[in-house]
Amino acid sequence: MEAVATIEGRAIPFGAKNVDTDVIIPARWLKTVTREGLGEGAFENLRKAPGNVFDAPEFADSPILIAGDNFGCGSSREHAAWAMLDLGIRAVIAPSFSDIFASNAFKNGILTVALPQEQVDRLLEVARTSPITIDLEEQRVTTPMQDRFSFDIDPFRKKCLTEGLDEVGLTLARDEAIQEYEERRRRHAPWLAMGVRENA
Amino acid sequence: MASKPRTLYEKIWDDHVVERREDGTCLVYIDRHLVHEVTSPQAFEALRLAGRKVRRPDLTLAVPDHNVPTTARRGPDGARLPVEDPQSAAQLAALERNAPDFGIRYIDAVAAEQGIVHVVGPEQGFSLPGSTIVCGDSHTAAHGGIGALAFGIGTSEVEHVLATQTLLLSPSKTMEVRVEGTLGPGVTPKDLILHIIGHIGTAGGTGHVIEYRGRVFEEMSVEGRLTVCNMSIEGGARAGIIAPDETTFAYLKGRPMAPAGEEWDRAVAYWRTLATDPDARFDKSVTIEASAIEPTVSWGTSPEDVVPIGGRVPDPDSFADAAKREAARRSLEYMGLEVGQAMTDIPVENVFIGSCTNSRIEDLREAAAVLDGKAKADGVKWAIVVPGSGLVKRQAEAEGLDHIFMSAGFEWREPGCSACLGMNPDKVPSGERCASTSNRNFVGRQGPGARTHLLSPAMAAAAAITGKLTDVRDL
Ligand code: SF4
Repeated sequence: MEAVATIEGRAIPFGAKNVDTDVIIPARWLKTVTREGLGEGAFENLRKAPGNVFDAPEFADSPILIAGDNFGCGSSREHAAWAMLDLGIRAVIAPSFSDIFASNAFKNGILTVALPQEQVDRLLEVARTSPITIDLEEQRVTTPMQDRFSFDIDPFRKKCLTEGLDEVGLTLARDEAIQEYEERRRRHAPWLAMGVRENA
Repeated sequence: MASKPRTLYEKIWDDHVVERREDGTCLVYIDRHLVHEVTSPQAFEALRLAGRKVRRPDLTLAVPDHNVPTTARRGPDGARLPVEDPQSAAQLAALERNAPDFGIRYIDAVAAEQGIVHVVGPEQGFSLPGSTIVCGDSHTAAHGGIGALAFGIGTSEVEHVLATQTLLLSPSKTMEVRVEGTLGPGVTPKDLILHIIGHIGTAGGTGHVIEYRGRVFEEMSVEGRLTVCNMSIEGGARAGIIAPDETTFAYLKGRPMAPAGEEWDRAVAYWRTLATDPDARFDKSVTIEASAIEPTVSWGTSPEDVVPIGGRVPDPDSFADAAKREAARRSLEYMGLEVGQAMTDIPVENVFIGSCTNSRIEDLREAAAVLDGKAKADGVKWAIVVPGSGLVKRQAEAEGLDHIFMSAGFEWREPGCSACLGMNPDKVPSGERCASTSNRNFVGRQGPGARTHLLSPAMAAAAAITGKLTDVRDL
């Protein structure tokens, strides 16, 4: 995973609420066996509309997307995060995110920034004309108009993002603890611990 | 020392914490992992690239379901028919290769046990009360119906579970949805969960695990509970769960992968301790009166867009929230509906009975009871029944349900996700409506331009007979 520090640039003032993963990447794009090349399908149906924000020249290569409440609801498809990454998006700002999307985004180095609706509204306004900066270290979103909005982030996620850590590798290093747990399990809940067997 | 009263969710959570970090996140052990062809190829690929193994192949079960065509899988000569779509074929082939490569048990597309992961898990006794179950599919919440903590994960998490048999998670908040009283005639678990989602909204459960409590759930069959928990994700919740009880134990006993003998007795004794303690507190609580619920249908493109079948298409201006007004306007345009139109005046050209929400034997019995001796209306061009698994299909055939469906003009298909999502050949044509027992009415979900009305199997059968959305109680 690529390390994240500061994300800066024009932000796509999307603003829609309850954007589900079928909107982010329609099901027909899920038939891939790799992670690459999904940008073409990102927001495909919205991008069919002439004059949509995604294809406006001023927002080409924008690293930030600003959306409404409950962004990424719907299915667990990580393709949503891969598609956005392929489109060049490294951060999403919204009042709230679906749990699964937030987790998928994080695992792919996309920062999800939850801010109160008024602040998101303000950023939507600023984004039409000016760039936005997200400073992960300081946990702050700033604009050239002197807006300064702080956001929360889980310290573990922050550490992984800033250091570009591989989560599977980190957990594998805890193997001893996992083995101990499995031992305990074998004593207390053998029907779960011993693995699935089929009854004769 | 008396410990603090805990909810069912908290008990399962506590029993699965491997390690607690300072920041409160926990390394949580996963007891059961279901794998299908769509969300796993990239995870296996990542393992291969890093030279990693699957830690516990014996806790993992792979079944193809999303992409498999639901038409015959073998030709008249018994030879396997190829999957036409090259991309689907490649995904299916990847799972077929990855499972044995990593030592994972694989249920082949032509095996009698094959079916939708969320139907197969409980049916095989792979999903057990008090266990943690994950799958790269958001409707994993279904397994909460047998008292498991079950939730959907993304592909990176699939990789994490394959490699470590754990996940790093923060505890969820707890929410209680209490339904007292009894459901009226013609009102099914599907109507109940649609009503609940309409009530709490699609973000109502965000950050929470919902426990469904009250008499209605106590009296409900396990299959009904699976239907309810399945759609918890449509209410924004990570998971939904119902306390395991005698009904659950009776359902599981003797299933191929369920514990047996002395182990079974030990398991049951443990499962009995899981119910929420009397004084436990929930972070959020909602109470609904069962008798107020009617057969429920969706009108829009979000599962919260529901009304009783006797209702009308709502006026977007009637919503307090500006964004909701706008969303409703767009929904009505997409759905081709008029404000104030009676729901029972909406014609349907397609009927789909299937999906992990409603494709179990009780669902098929419920639909067949309505269809018995009747035929679909001429206006209904396409009507299909897709059993949730090969075993459901076999059971239905033993009961003669296939004949009822076929005499009524339905196609009787092989198990899979089918028209629940536009990933395999079963799609609803653009601009046409579908009375569907699935779980999502999102824009384009059943195919580009498809218009979905979510409802129960009985209501889907009723719509097939009259050619429009119909109150099954009026038939
Ligand atoms: S039936 Fe539909 S919701 Fe269920 S697993 Fe398949 S695609 Fe997902």
